[in-house]
Amino acid sequence: MSFEVPSDLENEIDKRITHYPVSKRSAVLPVLHALQHHFGYLSEESVEWTAAKLELEPIKVLEVVTFYPGFRQEAPGKYHIRVCRTLSCAMAGSYELMESLCDKAGIDRSGITHRNPIAVSPDGKFSIEFAECLASCGTGPVCLVGDDFHETVSDVDSLLSQYP
Amino acid sequence: MSVIYKEGREPHPREHRVVFKNIDREGWDPSIEMYMSEGGYDQLNKALTLKPGEVTDEVKKAGLRGRGGAGFPAGVKWGFIPPNNEKPVYLICNADESEPGTFKDRYIIHQDPHQLIEGMVISCFAVGANLAYIYIREEFPEGALILEKAIEEAHKKGFLGKDIQGSGFDLEIYVHRGAGAYICGEETGLIESLEGKRPYPRIKPPYFPAAMGLYLCPTIVNNVETLCHVKHIMKIGSEAWSQTGKPNNTGTRILCVSGDVKKPGYYEVQVGHVTMGELINDICGGLKEGRELKAVIPGGSSAKVLRAGETFKIGRGDDEKEISIWDIPMDFDSLAACGSMAGSGGVIVIDDSRSISWVLNNINNFYAHESCGQCTPCREGSLWMKKITDRLVAGKASPSDIDTLDSVARNIDGRTICAFGEAASWPTESFVAKFRDELIADTDPELEGVVVNAETLTAAANL
Repeated sequence: MSFEVPSDLENEIDKRITHYPVSKRSAVLPVLHALQHHFGYLSEESVEWTAAKLELEPIKVLEVVTFYPGFRQEAPGKYHIRVCRTLSCAMAGSYELMESLCDKAGIDRSGITHRNPIAVSPDGKFSIEFAECLASCGTGPVCLVGDDFHETVSDVDSLLSQYP
Repeated sequence: MSVIYKEGREPHPREHRVVFKNIDREGWDPSIEMYMSEGGYDQLNKALTLKPGEVTDEVKKAGLRGRGGAGFPAGVKWGFIPPNNEKPVYLICNADESEPGTFKDRYIIHQDPHQLIEGMVISCFAVGANLAYIYIREEFPEGALILEKAIEEAHKKGFLGKDIQGSGFDLEIYVHRGAGAYICGEETGLIESLEGKRPYPRIKPPYFPAAMGLYLCPTIVNNVETLCHVKHIMKIGSEAWSQTGKPNNTGTRILCVSGDVKKPGYYEVQVGHVTMGELINDICGGLKEGRELKAVIPGGSSAKVLRAGETFKIGRGDDEKEISIWDIPMDFDSLAACGSMAGSGGVIVIDDSRSISWVLNNINNFYAHESCGQCTPCREGSLWMKKITDRLVAGKASPSDIDTLDSVARNIDGRTICAFGEAASWPTESFVAKFRDELIADTDPELEGVVVNAETLTAAANL
């Protein structure tokens, strides 16, 4: 598959870059967010495209991609789930939530690594990972499905059924 | 317009809502029309008639202490911009809200974004910033959109952009999304991140943001809640504002309670006007049925744990007294006197159903994952602490591991560029000091001197 950034996406990215009148390098995170939102993850091509766009060496972009947990270098599923793992959510049952989500979605997490903490279901529909504190400690357990936030999750079936 | 809250979301009678006045309000929405229908942006207009220094003086006089964690007086921070400065000045709103146990900024951003923007414009006017950023955590995607819409609305009404309300003051605010790293809540790490780099914190001195911050120019970094308070100080004046709370701990603050209480949630109270006992038993409905209090982490997961049954000395001289955990007033100075901190206002309540080893291991996992890796003691030590508590919860630790755990923590604390080192080691130091017996009880004396097996090593290395 050839790598192509659609013109409307590039326009949006160009507009974002104007938010940093002092240094284009500041736009690394927003450009990567826009690309990841479109492609689902950040490929080598995305890194090189960003570097060219912002007139940086590709390593300056790659070091950002590899640092931040919010950036992915591998393709997630159609719907990517992030379950909060941190204390208050864990006390409210987030490990159990992770287990039942994996169970229902048929995801096997045994192969995850530090570099790629994401596990994908065999049909590619769902992917999942633990996230550190999502800042809603009073309504745990919580998770994000794509950009949708879900609180006090107990009914896993009804949560997953919202995503066809 | 009278303030009516959504059913079941009414504030507790002990609350004193200022910043959270519009949260969960019936019929309230985040639009600028709604905000302006109740005097929104009037305080900005008022501030624009003053001299910038007069606004700063008001914030100083109010004694507003930062609500993000360190509790440093905001007006004093503003005053650190060098007086002969000729460089541009920037202001950054820290909306990274990443300290475990804290969940207040989320509601301000989602439900009352204009309160934050008005507070920011007033603050930018005071410090002379013409460009400001809201650094919002990536995990608030909807919040980022709401803020961008609010900024656009404020622009259209002339509260942002060129020559704001004919005052000659120009300001642009942009939303900048993080990417899931806790260290970006540390102000110099945040600045590096905003410069498009890995968020490795800068060493202070010389990189105090107010002198050398974003693009090495004077930069003020303030928390969401802190900036909101600026608007309210303008509204009622520093004199009246500082009448709430108590001396040196003025105003209200939002306490976020989570863990083992009947009604976890956010509660805005006058600083120091409620005790830990009142917070847990009255406001949060008490502990769960049949349970007893074991511990409280009072100011976000970095704060040192307080053990039920411990006694604390607060006050000085003739005022000194010994109190129990229940009687600790929830303010900056009292919690510091009790050996912990008010931090970010995140109170995590732990009852007797919880294993202390499990709780500490969860916290250690967090810090091992979030260490930026710049300083060796923190990068290595946070992972070692996690590996030891991993073994502890797996029943594969020996009693002397607890001393090793403590020693690792004490070799991080004070030996790093930023305060993450303390944040990562204080939980372990305080848990070991206060719950040593319970931790030892989870170890196996027969494992003393035994090298852990390869399987455990692999499991521990696989973060």
